[in-house]
Amino acid sequence: MATIEVTGRKASPGVSSITKPVLWSIGLLVFLIVPFLVYPVFLVKMLCFCLFACAFNLLASTTGLLSFGHAAFFGSAAYTAGYAAKAWGVPFEVAVAIGTMTGFALGLIIGFISVRRQGLYFAMITLALAQLVYFLAFQLPFTHADDGLSGIPRGYLLGFLSLDDNLVMYYTTLIICIVGLAVTYRIVNSPFGSILRAIRDNQPRAISLGYSVDKYKIMVFALSAAMSGTAGALKAIALGLATVYDLHWAVSGDVLVMALLGGTQTLLGPIVGAILVTVLHDYLAESGLPVPVLIGTTFVLCILLFRDGIVGELKRRLRL
Amino acid sequence: MSLDQLSGQLLVGLINGSFYALLALGLSIIFGLLGIVNIAQGAFYMAGAYFSWLLLQAFGVNYWAALVLAPLAVALLGVALERTIIFRVYGPDHMSGLLLTLGLLLIIQGLFVYIFGANARPYPVPEELRGGWDLSFVFLPKYRVWTVAISIFVCLTTWFVIEKTSLGRTLRAANENPVLTRAFGVNVPALMTFGFGFGVALAGFAGVLAAPLYTVSPLMGADLIIIVFAIVVVGGLGSILGAVITSLSLGIVEGFTKVFYPQGSHMVIFVIMILVLLVKPAGLLGRER
Repeated sequence: MATIEVTGRKASPGVSSITKPVLWSIGLLVFLIVPFLVYPVFLVKMLCFCLFACAFNLLASTTGLLSFGHAAFFGSAAYTAGYAAKAWGVPFEVAVAIGTMTGFALGLIIGFISVRRQGLYFAMITLALAQLVYFLAFQLPFTHADDGLSGIPRGYLLGFLSLDDNLVMYYTTLIICIVGLAVTYRIVNSPFGSILRAIRDNQPRAISLGYSVDKYKIMVFALSAAMSGTAGALKAIALGLATVYDLHWAVSGDVLVMALLGGTQTLLGPIVGAILVTVLHDYLAESGLPVPVLIGTTFVLCILLFRDGIVGELKRRLRL
Repeated sequence: MSLDQLSGQLLVGLINGSFYALLALGLSIIFGLLGIVNIAQGAFYMAGAYFSWLLLQAFGVNYWAALVLAPLAVALLGVALERTIIFRVYGPDHMSGLLLTLGLLLIIQGLFVYIFGANARPYPVPEELRGGWDLSFVFLPKYRVWTVAISIFVCLTTWFVIEKTSLGRTLRAANENPVLTRAFGVNVPALMTFGFGFGVALAGFAGVLAAPLYTVSPLMGADLIIIVFAIVVVGGLGSILGAVITSLSLGIVEGFTKVFYPQGSHMVIFVIMILVLLVKPAGLLGRER
């Protein structure tokens, strides 16, 4: 399993210099071929959750803050993007941009309130704020409360490629996800990312060096929220559906579980976690097995036995 | 605005407040002793309601016996979980506890949905508490008054035991400095197990009380815990009495909001939390751990 160190530390030389690009290429190839083998709409949904988990992890890996309220960004972006596409008939690109901006704006607000506290309190506050957004959505007229917003049109990519073709939808989503991953990588390995890690590792010191730590935290929080918004917008457009359930804290819990199962200190971890959880949800749903119990058990084992997540653990074992 | 309506919502607010208080109290005790924020507290509340329903359906055990037996069963479940799983995450990293209990929440809730299905089950109000008192200006349903009274009684008793008795002193000592308390020959791990069992039993007790009021369903506790989190953020996790008072007053505020601005009743506690955070980031009784 090839991964890029979030910390920027070079892995053991020799092995990785050749192995990594090869493994990355194989991974990419799998993603290019898989829609011919598996139902593409399911894969699009899976990719949306991959992007969502990466967005969550952008915050978690750089600041160490675990948000329990990321569904707020995912769900509200699903609504605004869906509403813009359906009611105003805006093109696909604009709808996704609107969703992303929704996530960013909401991220600024929730970030401003929540980054004042850390650890447990941060978790509880994000959870409560997201629940506030959830109840708010029930009151707003355009959310249609329990019924949700359905029949959202997919439209055309760049004005001429019909996204109603599931394969076009899939590859479009794949490209956006790869861009999202690249952006995450850039942010994490930028001077901005270094400052965030400095704050994470020693906040008093960062303050004494003159950094306004809250501003940095709010910024990365909003960026993470924006990318969650992109994921939510894509999901709403691809599935043609936005519901208040997208805003429910169960979704926040899901994305948290995905990121931690995969490993928060790796770039690939959240993706592996997201694939694992969505596949379990979809393929075991009909088997009659209690899927949440299975996922919960895996998560508990992960917390107790391999805190670095699946990818983190594999990397350690294989010394990649 | 009629007085009748107002006092009716005041009672509803007090009932919700009592449930919040029982859950927040359990949360505070568990956090104080174990350093764990138990997000599964809502699942134990749900389990309490289910156990009382099961006792009635399967064994014909009545409400009054269930009021003791169901919380006991919840406590046993809690103790079993604490002894096998939860004790492994004790330590300076408080986050692990929250994450672990999130996993337990998924498992417990998932199991109940799997076994009992997602539909709600009615639980009859015990015969002695049916009907109500008509005080001319307001009608007081007996069961609701009973719920508030017994909840406040349990909360105050718990507070009294912790603050005024020798058991409470030992508990507080273990909370303050576990290593030194052990050096005095107190079995702190056993105390922690007891504390966890008692904390979840309080949630289970609230569940039994809630069963005749609301219906019994696997997801009944899912959203409740978030409100309790907001309350705890407002009041701070440190103080027992603070948790109870904040819970009751926010319950009443929620009840009144239902009268004056019904759309906002679900949101008002969260809005108050935001306001408190903006003015006093450490919470009203702030003592950060």
